[in-house]
Amino acid sequence: MTFILYLINGVSLGGIYAIIALGYTMVYGIAKMLNFAHGDIIMVGAYVCFFAAASFGIPPVIGVLLAACVCAALGVIIEAFAYKPLRQAASLAVLITAIGVSYLLQNAALLLWKSNPRVFTSIVGTGAVRIWGLSITYVTITTILACIAIMICLTVFTGKTKMGKAMRACAEDKNAASLMGINVNVTISLTFAIGSALAAVAGALLCSAYPTLSPTTGSMPGIKAFTAAVFGGIGSVPGAMLGGVLLGIIEIFAKAYISTQLSDAIVFAVLIVVLLVKPAGLLGRQVHEKV
Amino acid sequence: MKRLSRTAKTDIFTYSLVTVGFIAAQLTQGAGLMSSSLKGQLVPICAYIVMAVSLNLTVGILGELSLGHAGFMSIGAFAGAVAAAVLEPIIPVPEIRLAAAMIIGAVFAGIAGILIGVPVLRLKGDYLAIVTLAFGEIVLNLINCLYVGVDSKGLRISMLTSAEALRLNPDGRVIINGPVGASGITKLSSFTAGFLLILITLFIVQNLVNSRAGRAILAVRDNRISAESVGISVTKHKMIAFVISAVLAGAAGVLFALNINTIVPTKFNFNTSILVLVFVVLGGLGNIWGSIIAAAVLTVLPEALRGFNNYRMLAYAIVLILVMLLTNSAFIKSTLGRPRLKRGAKT
Amino acid sequence: MSDRKTKLAPLPSVNFVPERDAAFTPILECRGLGINFGGLSAVNDFNLAIGRTEIAGLIGPNGAGKTTVFNLLTKVYQPTKGAILLNGVDTFDKTSVQISKMGIARTFQNIRLFANLSVEDNVKIGLHNQIKYSEISGLLRLPSYWKQERKARERARQLLSIFDMQDLAESKAGSLPYGAQRRLEIVRALAAKPSLLLLDEPAAGMNPSETAELMDNIVKIRDVFQIAIFLIEHDMRLVMGICEGICVVNFGNIIAKGTPDEIRGNPEVIEAYLGKGFVGGSESRKY
Repeated sequence: MTFILYLINGVSLGGIYAIIALGYTMVYGIAKMLNFAHGDIIMVGAYVCFFAAASFGIPPVIGVLLAACVCAALGVIIEAFAYKPLRQAASLAVLITAIGVSYLLQNAALLLWKSNPRVFTSIVGTGAVRIWGLSITYVTITTILACIAIMICLTVFTGKTKMGKAMRACAEDKNAASLMGINVNVTISLTFAIGSALAAVAGALLCSAYPTLSPTTGSMPGIKAFTAAVFGGIGSVPGAMLGGVLLGIIEIFAKAYISTQLSDAIVFAVLIVVLLVKPAGLLGRQVHEKV
Repeated sequence: MKRLSRTAKTDIFTYSLVTVGFIAAQLTQGAGLMSSSLKGQLVPICAYIVMAVSLNLTVGILGELSLGHAGFMSIGAFAGAVAAAVLEPIIPVPEIRLAAAMIIGAVFAGIAGILIGVPVLRLKGDYLAIVTLAFGEIVLNLINCLYVGVDSKGLRISMLTSAEALRLNPDGRVIINGPVGASGITKLSSFTAGFLLILITLFIVQNLVNSRAGRAILAVRDNRISAESVGISVTKHKMIAFVISAVLAGAAGVLFALNINTIVPTKFNFNTSILVLVFVVLGGLGNIWGSIIAAAVLTVLPEALRGFNNYRMLAYAIVLILVMLLTNSAFIKSTLGRPRLKRGAKT
Repeated sequence: MSDRKTKLAPLPSVNFVPERDAAFTPILECRGLGINFGGLSAVNDFNLAIGRTEIAGLIGPNGAGKTTVFNLLTKVYQPTKGAILLNGVDTFDKTSVQISKMGIARTFQNIRLFANLSVEDNVKIGLHNQIKYSEISGLLRLPSYWKQERKARERARQLLSIFDMQDLAESKAGSLPYGAQRRLEIVRALAAKPSLLLLDEPAAGMNPSETAELMDNIVKIRDVFQIAIFLIEHDMRLVMGICEGICVVNFGNIIAKGTPDEIRGNPEVIEAYLGKGFVGGSESRKY
């Protein structure tokens, strides 16, 4: 029975990773860059949510929506100022810029909101439901549901809508897409907006489950989600979902059955093994070099 | 050869740069003009210079992104701390003990380099990057759970428990105490030792680059397929570069650790790896003297920005972004004429 | 795949070697060579033999599988069918690197120089397995380092002089004009001391006078180094001018083999290049 409980908790934690990983993977797919600042967007989202509830008494659901809007705007601004000028530059230069943006967000948060950790009030309350003798928290259930909903929406969006198709076209070949009349800049901005809005949602869920909030809150989940995106095959939306959920399950199981202290080492060791067996991640496409 | 080639000139320039920097620092120190905080930074600057030059070997010269370079530094630091403690009764001369500790730290880091390199170097690009990131996190996590002590019976090692589990004799002492790290380290490092380590690093890296193996490494970076077509083993040369890079990072770790009283595992986390990567990229990929200057300046910069007080890390971040935008945006490209890193393998 | 298990006996015929090499063992033999990419057969039942000092051509329309043949010969791709015998030795389990050491060197259709390195370094990299010293003597600059480096430098200059490029030795390879880059690729391949040199569209992008010079040089290379040269080319003047045997492929299959004269008159070849309707009469269609 505890096994099932761990499994559910694993899926829930993995769901959060998955939502963050979606941001990484979408941005990578279209801009071919690792957006290291993504983890810190989570933190910003969580802070917006926190202050919306704590200072203005805004109901949690609206708080999350507000956070999503703020983060989407933040994502678009960051893209426009820091990444767009470097679109033709070497990928490492963009990576370092992203690291700079990450430092910037962290230190700005430190100045604005100080380093003392805040206690985050769960957006769905702290209760739990009992099903077949298992006690499952509201947060867990909300996370899993949110994750499924986001997955469905994204699949429909990229598969059926015009904007979504433009996004896929840009990911495939930006030049060809622009020749077909797709506005590449708008599409990239939109991708950053969606990814960052998702990060805000993930931030709210993360801090509901683990209620301490500080300017470095986003770092470790960011790294883990980044790992999850690669684990599932970076650039692939279902891959990010699968990678995130598996990573969460592995982490919870490693904590429960092997060792709490070594759980991170185990998660990363599994990642290395997976990449050795499937060098492009679980659902990634192996690209062959044309000779 | 009557006239020096361009690479030979660059090499000599780099050696001179380091020597002049060393002499200048010694003179200002002797004249009492150096602030005490900067004095304390001298050895860390040397360690970071070695880190940057060695990472440049992987990222700039081999062309593979590594996000876990601090992992090798960590292995070197803790292996060196243990070695220095164990060797204390055996080798009384501190300089020789430091050298011995450095060799041991470097060897351990080199072994780690081989262990991680053999399976992962066949991965490419971002996947290799993420595996090195994972490696750094694993090292951090493992050392967080590591307990090492020494007593009259020799070395005792334990994982995952506590310092008590080492069951040391009364004469023994704990060297590595899990998350608390290594404490009570005897200071063995000096600025001169750091300077010598930089010279050795330069000697190794520059000689390597200008040799047959080094050309093969550059060939693998520029075009893997044509390197293979002229009979160059890609894996072997990736390994050479990666392991030498790890060995040097290990030595830098020893230098860093034996300079301070206490060293915690989290000192060598992901942020440290990134910090060193920033030195390398700002100094210019494949540009050795660029790495040296970037490492020195950026280690001192947070001190220099002290006037900004609370805003100094914010200023640091903004400086970093602006420098990247200025040097890489379409306008001011190719300012330094640095070799561009391949993006994909299009020709 | 089962037919790949046994080593093949030396094969009898199917070569198009000129009579002067009558008692030869070919440098290269392909038997039933083929590869599938996800069910699509890119090269199929490719049989060919090339003599030790022969200049042979591989021609065919775009997408016919010419470069794929080169990629199979150099093990960039692993064949799914058939065998390649180099100097009578089966190359079944060999890698690209081993193939290079066994004596095949090549150039690439989309130039693959070490663009950030100097011209001389490009050639020295080609000499990687010819002029050797240990990694340790390289790191410590022992006497063997200096001696072998000098040798490599002299050899590199000598090879560059084939195309009169010794004055460009210090320039960056990526900054050379297009034609010079193609020539440098040939020099680099020659540095690896091949017994069979594969040239993938050596004259692409060259003007007629450059092409004429290249033709002379290819023949000169064959005569001086006494090696076989197998080349892919679209320029028919080059192919018909210097190749002693020509092999025509279309849709991954060999459709004709023979001397330039035989190929010129072959109706199937004309059809492959110009489409049906041009063959066997005056009937002309828009195409």
